[in-house]
Amino acid sequence: MAGSTLASPSAEPVPAVAVGAPAVSPARDTWRRFKRHRLAMGSSVVLGLLIFGVVIGPWIWPVPINEIDFAAQLETPSFAHPLGTDDLGQDILARMIYGGRISLAVGLAAMMVAILVGVVIGALAGMSRGALAIILMWVTDLFLSLPQLPLLLLVIYLFREQLKAAFGVEGGVFMLIVVVIGGLRWMPVTRLVRAQFLSLREKEFVEAARAQGATKFRQIVVHILPNALGPVIVAATIEVSSAIIAESTLSFLGLGFPPDIPTWGRLLFDAKDHLDSAPHWALFPGIAIFLTVLSINFIGDGLRDALDPRRVI
Amino acid sequence: MSAARNLLHGVDGPRRALHRSRVPEETAVLNYLIRRLLLAIPSLLGISVILFVVLALAPGDPFEELATNPNVPPEVREALRTKFGLNDPIMVRYFRWLFAMVQGDWGFSFASRINVDTLIWQRVPTTLFVVGSSQLLALAIALPVGIYAATRPYSIFDQIANTLAFVGFSLPTFFTGLLLILIFSVSLDWLPFVYRSDIAATGWRWYWENLRQAIMPITVLGLFQAASYTRYVRSAVLDVIQLDYVTTARAKGLSERAVTLRHVTRNALIPVVTLVALQMPAVFGGAIVTEQIFRIPGIGSLLISAILANDTPVIMAVTFVFSCLVVLFNLIADLLYGWLDPRISFG
Amino acid sequence: MISKELQGLVDEVKDGALSRRSFLKAATAFGLTAPLANQLLAFNGVAMAQPASGYKPTKAGGGGPLKVLLWQAPTLLNPHFASGTKDQIASRIFFEALAGWDADGNLVPQLAAEIPSKANGGLSADGTQVTWKLKPNVKWHDGKPFTADDVIFTAEYAADPATAAYTTSAYSNIKVEKIDNLTVRITFPNPQPFWADAFVATNGQILPKHHFGDYKGAKSREAPANLKPIGTGPYKLVDFKPGDVITCERNADYHVPNQPQFDTLEVKGGGDAASAARAVIQTGEYDYAWNMQVEDDLLKRMEQGGKGRVLVAVAGDIEYIILNTTDPNVEVDGERSSVKTKHPTLSDPAVRSAINLLVDRDSIQKFIYGRGGNATASFVNEPARFKSKTLKYEFNIDKANKILDDAGYKRGADGIREKDGKKLKYVFQTSINAPRQKCQAIIKQACQKAGIDLELKSVTASVFFSSDVANPDTYTKLYCDMEMYTTTQPQPDPERFLNQCVSWEIANKDNKWLGRNVSRWSDKEADEAYKAAQKELDPDKRAALLIKVNEIFCNAHVFVPLLARTRVVAAANNLFPRVTGWDVDTWDLAAWYRT
Repeated sequence: MAGSTLASPSAEPVPAVAVGAPAVSPARDTWRRFKRHRLAMGSSVVLGLLIFGVVIGPWIWPVPINEIDFAAQLETPSFAHPLGTDDLGQDILARMIYGGRISLAVGLAAMMVAILVGVVIGALAGMSRGALAIILMWVTDLFLSLPQLPLLLLVIYLFREQLKAAFGVEGGVFMLIVVVIGGLRWMPVTRLVRAQFLSLREKEFVEAARAQGATKFRQIVVHILPNALGPVIVAATIEVSSAIIAESTLSFLGLGFPPDIPTWGRLLFDAKDHLDSAPHWALFPGIAIFLTVLSINFIGDGLRDALDPRRVI
Repeated sequence: MSAARNLLHGVDGPRRALHRSRVPEETAVLNYLIRRLLLAIPSLLGISVILFVVLALAPGDPFEELATNPNVPPEVREALRTKFGLNDPIMVRYFRWLFAMVQGDWGFSFASRINVDTLIWQRVPTTLFVVGSSQLLALAIALPVGIYAATRPYSIFDQIANTLAFVGFSLPTFFTGLLLILIFSVSLDWLPFVYRSDIAATGWRWYWENLRQAIMPITVLGLFQAASYTRYVRSAVLDVIQLDYVTTARAKGLSERAVTLRHVTRNALIPVVTLVALQMPAVFGGAIVTEQIFRIPGIGSLLISAILANDTPVIMAVTFVFSCLVVLFNLIADLLYGWLDPRISFG
Repeated sequence: MISKELQGLVDEVKDGALSRRSFLKAATAFGLTAPLANQLLAFNGVAMAQPASGYKPTKAGGGGPLKVLLWQAPTLLNPHFASGTKDQIASRIFFEALAGWDADGNLVPQLAAEIPSKANGGLSADGTQVTWKLKPNVKWHDGKPFTADDVIFTAEYAADPATAAYTTSAYSNIKVEKIDNLTVRITFPNPQPFWADAFVATNGQILPKHHFGDYKGAKSREAPANLKPIGTGPYKLVDFKPGDVITCERNADYHVPNQPQFDTLEVKGGGDAASAARAVIQTGEYDYAWNMQVEDDLLKRMEQGGKGRVLVAVAGDIEYIILNTTDPNVEVDGERSSVKTKHPTLSDPAVRSAINLLVDRDSIQKFIYGRGGNATASFVNEPARFKSKTLKYEFNIDKANKILDDAGYKRGADGIREKDGKKLKYVFQTSINAPRQKCQAIIKQACQKAGIDLELKSVTASVFFSSDVANPDTYTKLYCDMEMYTTTQPQPDPERFLNQCVSWEIANKDNKWLGRNVSRWSDKEADEAYKAAQKELDPDKRAALLIKVNEIFCNAHVFVPLLARTRVVAAANNLFPRVTGWDVDTWDLAAWYRT
């Protein structure tokens, strides 16, 4: 049923399968199905390892991230520097570990902001038949048309000092980035969710729920939303990688973290001009971003398959 | 040939029923269209006010380069600000802009000292060509690959397609662009990487040269876009492929191919239409990073240099046209939903 | 007007006992660079040499296309509105000045028949008048003759405040009169030691009166010729797409015999410096690229077996750090970093001198800028006669630690020094630019070793260098403890450049932060020396006064100079451009040739 864009043949009385009353609790059932999804399980392990690595990494590899050593410029991976060094002779492994915390946190948090805002606005706009829908779609169009660069500059100018005062340098910047990336990327999610809702709200199973007196809220959360999750999960996984990359672009506008904080996107950007002479520098952050995206994607796939009871796994 | 309608009335259901419902539906669509177009006017006005305010408040100064030059007295800078009306209150500037825009005057660039529309029109053809082709390339890859992958979930083909898609959107365009340049321009010396709008050749040679210089940017943009499109198409097709009516159609003995193409694809198209409609304004708006890397004289590079130079009239004109397109294409998408799924009401 | 020894040398040149070249050498020993030394000769009645450009081709044309890449795209072609170097370079293709500066600082005649000197009667004895003789038979691109009227008009055009020309300061205080069709005379209100500003180089590009005559003052922006330049230059405009490309064809009527060599010229804009270097050095798609702000290592790697090479010319720009002695965190009368406040720790000279010792200039030069800059401790470096000979730099962490220990700054638990509860923690700000961010990292690391904690902040250049009154991140606001940027010295004379050191130029709220003195520091002695220099006619004494201003600021470590920047360009191996640090890249485009 998930994401279906049209009615089931009325001959078959199946409408509310997705929300039907199974014998076991839905959560446990979902978990059981998720566990059977080998790729999703494997990916959870990979993502777990990545997070574990960046959290406890500094204790295992206690090399300072900004130890400049001109004698060791652009060295290829070796015993002293397992992932090589950059053009100031700084250890890439240490930098990857440090930057990974920020990149992962920014990627996941910004994704959640974008998805949350997108789903809420999309759901409201998709359910409403009145002025609310018009206003929400206007806001979406507005955000889609705003030129991002001047807007970002305006945001930094208005809020950076206050946030820095309230949450410290890194905390303030982190909040700002998450809000900015999330706040500028929810619109596609909104439009996707709304489109799904427009179609789903006319379906028999929703009508049935309505007839049984389900509140609007219950209709949305229980009946429609689970069926609209397909594109949302794809969007969520794409958001993580865009957020990690967008963070590096932001630091070039002075909005991101201070320039000496080596986030993955930043490492990739710094490495690009040395691509021909020191490919290792770009390779490792590239692989890290790729692994993150890959694992989040498969986890998303697994989740969706697990949430759809009729899908054969 | 609406699969949905066919299904409502059985695969080869009576057509007359359809025709009967058609007339009121068309009036409904027309009414809806007129209402939406009327609504678009205040909505665009509102957007223009906000755009203008954001640009006016955003930090920066069009005459910044003068500030670091000891030879230029501050009075010159002040005179210029007055001359271009930068010292007037925001509302005065906004209404001046609005009245000019209504009369077809798009403004006057601070940086180039010419009319903004001239600047923009110089760049429209290149942008449409490069970004438009890349969108077509993306769709040409994503639709077949996504559909085929979804019909065989977790097959070898699906896994490879997925992996490539992940690589595609894990790597930013600034990176893939440079990678292609290093391979095809620097190492192999096959393709030029500076995009020229003034190719002197004529006839076939002209087309050939244009094609050669466009290959890399179109590939970079197209593959990046294709990567996410593929994932959306696959997911959308997967969502409908195992639904009952598909099973029904299959049970009725329709060939696998017919089932996939006629029933599944069309109904999986709603998210795809949404995404394409979201991307369409960008065909005009250009792609800032890729244009920068390959020096493509597109709208994106015009916008970014205008932003960096704080050339507000240019930014305002480009973003306002862009917002008109956003509103227009989202409207088109809404109309297409109704066509793809007749149950979506234009209430 | 000049000291005895120099006068002796000048006399020797006059008598022919000393060659011009030897004089220049000897003058350098006195601390004079070529531009000033040459002007010195000019004032003393020795005609300037006509330096050979080394131009080889024996006929005009036949050189095929010349393709130039500017990674910032020109947006307009009127030289008097050309705010950035990119526009100045582009307009200089079409418009010429009476003279331009070559790499050695020689004034080279272009639209002038000769360089004014005492011998040819071009310079008055009191230094208040300059008479320019114009080159005869020069034609504008439309065939009309070039005359003194055009020169006079250009001065009126630029001087008119309503035109708001960027070149206005060169013309606002002078009187220009027409002597005859090919002679103009400039009269200055005071004697001018440096007279070569009006009609020379970037400021001096002559406009055709018959195209701009109706568009002076407020109407200047409507002139069709703003976009379709008609000049006297070696190439004529075919097409101009602002922000993208300029295409040109050879001017068959060019006034120098056998020039220019190339049949067509294409100037393409956009992209970034690193890929511009690739297009010239590695793939040879283009013949010349300007302003290679790329790490030198990268350029060197590209040059190995490449199709192009890197050329370097000295210039007067300086990359430096300002240490803020006012408090950026306290607001007084609506402004932070007000001169009424004192920085809690940076107002202590010991801290400033420690930071000066923590800047590893040699490494910054060696590993980041390479040929792009020379490590220095002096704020003024070119012309060399204005460079301080006493200022020396040193990188010494131990010494810095000792100074801080002696001054009573003790390390806290976090390793950061403090005294009376005031920690040595600073915000270090600069514009966004890869080499600058690396410099920041290098300085931060050294400071860390001395117990000073730096928070690095980078602001996008379009905000940092703006004059936006409302924005706290502009460089003139100085709402930070330290900041780093390059300040440019447009002409080979540092007087105007050093107004960054005088008390009446301090940037503050009253002057909307437009004042040129960003550091807020002032010193009575420096003020007096500067004022004296403005009046001083003896070039030697004048130089000494200006050096004093420079030394006061550097010795107080309010200015921490890092590198004297150079001009770095990339050119195809077989292309011979004439590069100079005293004028724009295209100043003598006619003489570029290919072998």
